[in-house]
Parts: sequence; structure tokens; C-alpha cells
Amino acid sequence: MSRLKDVFAKKGKNVLNVYCTAGFPQVNSTLPVMQALQDSGADIIELGMPYSDPLADGEVIQNSSTIALQGGMTLSLLFEQLKPMRNQIHIPVVLMGYMNPVLQYGFEKFCADAAAAGVDGLILPDLPPFEFETTYKAIVDRYGLSFIFLVTPETSETRVRKLDALSSGFLYAVSSSSTTGNEKDFAAVEQYLERLQHYGLNNPVLVGFGIKDQDTFSRACKYANGAIIGSAYIKALDGQTDLAATTRHFIKNVLG
Amino acid sequence: MQVSYKQPDEQGYYGEFGGAYIPEMLYRNVEELRENYLEIIADPAFQKEYQLLLTDYAGRATPLYYAARLSEKYGTNVYLKREDLCHTGAHKVNNTIGQILVAERLGKKRIIAETGAGQHGVATATVCALKGLECIVYMGEKDIERQAPNVARMKMLGATVIPAKSGSKTLKDATNEAIRDWINNPNDTFYIIGSVVGPHPYPDMVARFQSVISKEIRAQLAEKIGTELPHAVIACVGGGSNAAGTFYHFLDEPSVGIYAVEAAGCGIDTHMSAAATQLGKPGILHGSKSFLMQTADGQVEEPYSISAGLDYPGIGPMHANLFVTGRGTFLNATDQEALDAAFELAKLEGIIPALESAHALAALNKVSFAKDDHIVVCLSGRGDKDMETYMKAMGTKV
Repeated sequence: MSRLKDVFAKKGKNVLNVYCTAGFPQVNSTLPVMQALQDSGADIIELGMPYSDPLADGEVIQNSSTIALQGGMTLSLLFEQLKPMRNQIHIPVVLMGYMNPVLQYGFEKFCADAAAAGVDGLILPDLPPFEFETTYKAIVDRYGLSFIFLVTPETSETRVRKLDALSSGFLYAVSSSSTTGNEKDFAAVEQYLERLQHYGLNNPVLVGFGIKDQDTFSRACKYANGAIIGSAYIKALDGQTDLAATTRHFIKNVLG
Repeated sequence: MQVSYKQPDEQGYYGEFGGAYIPEMLYRNVEELRENYLEIIADPAFQKEYQLLLTDYAGRATPLYYAARLSEKYGTNVYLKREDLCHTGAHKVNNTIGQILVAERLGKKRIIAETGAGQHGVATATVCALKGLECIVYMGEKDIERQAPNVARMKMLGATVIPAKSGSKTLKDATNEAIRDWINNPNDTFYIIGSVVGPHPYPDMVARFQSVISKEIRAQLAEKIGTELPHAVIACVGGGSNAAGTFYHFLDEPSVGIYAVEAAGCGIDTHMSAAATQLGKPGILHGSKSFLMQTADGQVEEPYSISAGLDYPGIGPMHANLFVTGRGTFLNATDQEALDAAFELAKLEGIIPALESAHALAALNKVSFAKDDHIVVCLSGRGDKDMETYMKAMGTKV
């Protein structure tokens, strides 16, 4: 059983996926941050591959990407850093990033190196389903990687079902049509998540965007299998030197 | 075999370039536009209003001017398509008039735009004032400092100018911020993109609105020389909207030479350049696949040109296809060559061109045309906005 399937089979509810940017806050802190997340009780790690123009992300994540890039982070360096990952990280790891750096690296080489490092899945928000189906799906499948699509409150039922059918691992429900890090009106979000619940989708659903503390996490988990925290954690890491303690403290606040 | 260089396929591809590489958060907005734009544009009521505004508001048709002294200098027949005489001082308004009418028909109340030098921002603020719609323009913090008069024009026209403070704080970052705004406002907002870039259907829609330039050139040439077809058309390319408009109705006429002039900045090999086809590789930026200046690691590089309107790391997908198929000849002109061409036109013809358009004029020095050839250069904008740069070049204290 794959690590992603395993985590949902074992836990099912309240799955906590935490985003961190590779090479942030220091270029060599990728694995220490992942280790701290695992030790603190995160169920899944979403590892961001820094990009100069991350248009589906907000300011906080863009700034962390800029710092990582200034520190010298590249995809080659990242895969170098991830080589010993599976000696210490046992929870699922999903890579999140944008198409351009992946294309320059070579899509197939990227999938091969990701799979070799023990990565479980990919989130590439600017790769639309048409291009995925016609060009890239076969490669992703060949390397046994999951591929996770996003859905939003504006996504029609037909399209949610199509994206669910193309996804594996989980489906990423954006809690409002907004870039990461904004405050949300949770009542509207809850309505949307209830709607998703009624569809009876193939994949478990994780809610992302706007989750930052115990309250937002537990509310999101009422209607989904779990939630994804991004900007709030990156904000917490910013300027900290004791990454393990900061992470422990942050996750404790979320899980209660 | 490619049927037409003018229009993309159903998925928005010109050959291998184009498409709609957008996050799901933008899907509904872009899809709404894709499903409706052709029908809206084809609607006779739309066409009637669009044509009326082009004529009475923008001042079209713009003249096709036979530049006698310039022709003599280069030993050929040079015609200037005078987009500099459009309302707001450049071709940009052809597109913003079209898009504001599309936005209106889609029931949108709030307009957003990106701008580099401020020309597209001014053209957008202008049509928003015309239609009484809220206008928000994203502009790089650096560009706001460099282009104070255009910032003031936008404000006087009632627009809100928001500084883009992320990344390199220039046009590409302003575009990122505009896209983020659109993600955060998925219902009432329309994004007026200023060039033939962005996800499908933007490149095609903008090219259609700018195609009035080549439509007029054909009719005007027929009247002047008895044939609609020149030997060559020349235009500058940043994103490439004036070039798309100038080339459009000639792309499927193999006898017409297509010349695109990119900004070489300080020179192609100086790392201070914006010549995307020469320095770029295929990549994805702002929702479409095209030529893109980028590092080996796929990070977008910061371009440089003396002309803020050409200071963009990519190029529209239509142009990328013209480049790889060889249908277009891609030249480039340095800052100095553009300045020289601008001063030459001022002295020979009494016309001060925009720095962008001066790059197109510089091509006359780079290609030899025959004595009997008829060459059309798109004079995309006027030079008022560039007076500070021209004064510096003259050694005048600013």
C-alpha cells in the first residue's frame, strides 16, 4: 500500500498536511524542517519547490521562495538533499511547484528523480487537466507517483468529478478562490465542503488555504479528511533559529 | 501542415506555443471568456459599438503616411502606420476598447490591468472612465518611480494604482499581482491584459482587436499603390501586441515579409537585454507556453531595455510560432540603435516616436530593401512619455 493511501486508511479523519518551502529558512534546512514536522505530528508533508513567479501563492510563500532561491536552492540541489530522505522521513511527501522549472529540468527526469527519492505525489497547480491527460499523465503513472488536482468553490460538479477521476492520493480543496494566506468567511467554506462531501468522491479531500490554527483546522476537518497548512507555518518559521522547537510549538497549537 | 499563422487551435496553441497553463482558481473566469469571446465579438451590436468608438473616440483610421525623406535615406519606399496618433498616444487603446466592451457584456463591474511603462494602464483607465467602471492597475514599484507622468494620468482618469512589491517589482510582477487579484475576486472582476500574452483566449482576443492595424494598412495601400500587399511589414515586439496587429492580415500572405524587432538592450551578450527569442528557451509564464528568458533552473530572468514597453522576459505565443517556423524574421535593436532611429525620425520627418517604435525603425538599418519595395513600419506610439530619456541622450539636464 502506498504511503498516501496508508495514511488515509489508518487515520481517515483529521489528517494534517503541512507545507514547507524547500531551502527555507536556510538553504540546508529542507530535511531538518521535514524531520521537525514528522516529529511534531504532521501526517503529510507538502514540500514547495521555489519559483520566481508563484502566481497561485500569496506573499508569504513567495517571500519564502525568494529567500530559498537567493540561498541557492535549485531542483538539482533539492533532489541531492532528498537522497537520504527515506532514511528518516516515513510519512508521505508531496512535491508542490510550478511547471516551468519542472519543464526545464525535464519532466520525465523530474518524475524519475522524485520517485527515486521516495516522493509520493505531485501538485503542479499550473498544469491543467487537458495538458496532463494528453502529455504528462503517462509519465507520472510510469513512475508510480500520485497526482493531485485542486478544486475551488467555483468548480462545477462535472469538473470536480473529472478532476477527482484524474487525481490520486487526495483532492486538494481550495477553501475559497483565493491565493494562500487570506482570511476566510468560514460559513461559506463549510457550505462548499459539505457540497463536496455529498459528491461521494474517489479520493479523500484535504482543505487548503486559510487554515492557520486549531479552530480553522478542526472546522475544516468536520467536512473533509483533513487540512493543509501553508502560509501560517511559513510565517511561524520566519526569523526562527530553533526550527524543531518552533515547529513543535506551532503544530501543538493546531492539534490542540 | 499549419492552416493559419493567425489563429490558434481550439486549445489555444499556435504550433507548440500557447495553451492555458492556469491554476484551477482561474479556470471559471478564463473558461467563461473562452466560451463567449468569439460570439460576443461577432455580434453585430458589439461590432457597431466597437467600430464607432474606434472611429469617434480613438481617432481611427490612423493615417498610413509615406515618409518621403526617410524613404530617400534608405533607398526604398517607407510607410509609417501612425498608431501614435491614436487617443492616449499608442495602439494600446484598440485593445482596451474591445476588452471593456467584452467585460461589459459579461456583466463585470470591476476592471483590473497590469502595466509596465503605463501605456496600457492609461489606455485601460481611459476606457474605464468612458464606461464608468472601477479600475485597478497593478504596476511594479520600480516602474511607478520611473513613470511618474503615466501614474498621474491613470489617477486623473480615476484609476487606483497598486504597486507590485514582489519579486523584481516590474511588469512581470505586476502581471502576477493582477492574476492574484483575479483569483481573489472570481465573480465581478474582468482582467484586461495589455498584450498578446496570457492564457488562451487572451493572445487570440488581443490579436483580433489589434488586427484593425493591418486591416487598415491593406485598404490604405490599395488606395495609394494599387495593391493591398507590401513587400514587408516591420514592428517592435515586447509581448507583441502592435506586432500582432501589424502582421495579422499579412501572415497568410507568403509574399509579405514579416519583421519583428526585439529589444537588445545593451546588447545580446551583455546580460542586459530583452530579446526573448534570442536569449530565451521554451517555457511557461503567465499562463502560456512560449519563449521565455530564464535561468538553467527555470527561474524567470529579469529583462532589460531602455524602453519600458519592451522590458518583458517573454513574447506572445503567436510570435514564438512565427519565430520557430521561420515565417517571421526576428531582429533586435540595442538601446543606442533605437535612440539613433528616434532622433533620425524626428529630424527627417518631424515625428518623435515612442522608444518602443524606434526599435522597429532601427530595422531599416539592418535589412536592405529594393528601390521599388513598399515597406510598412508600425509607429506604435508617440514619444512624449520618453522625453526624459531623449533629453538625457541630448545631454540636456532633466
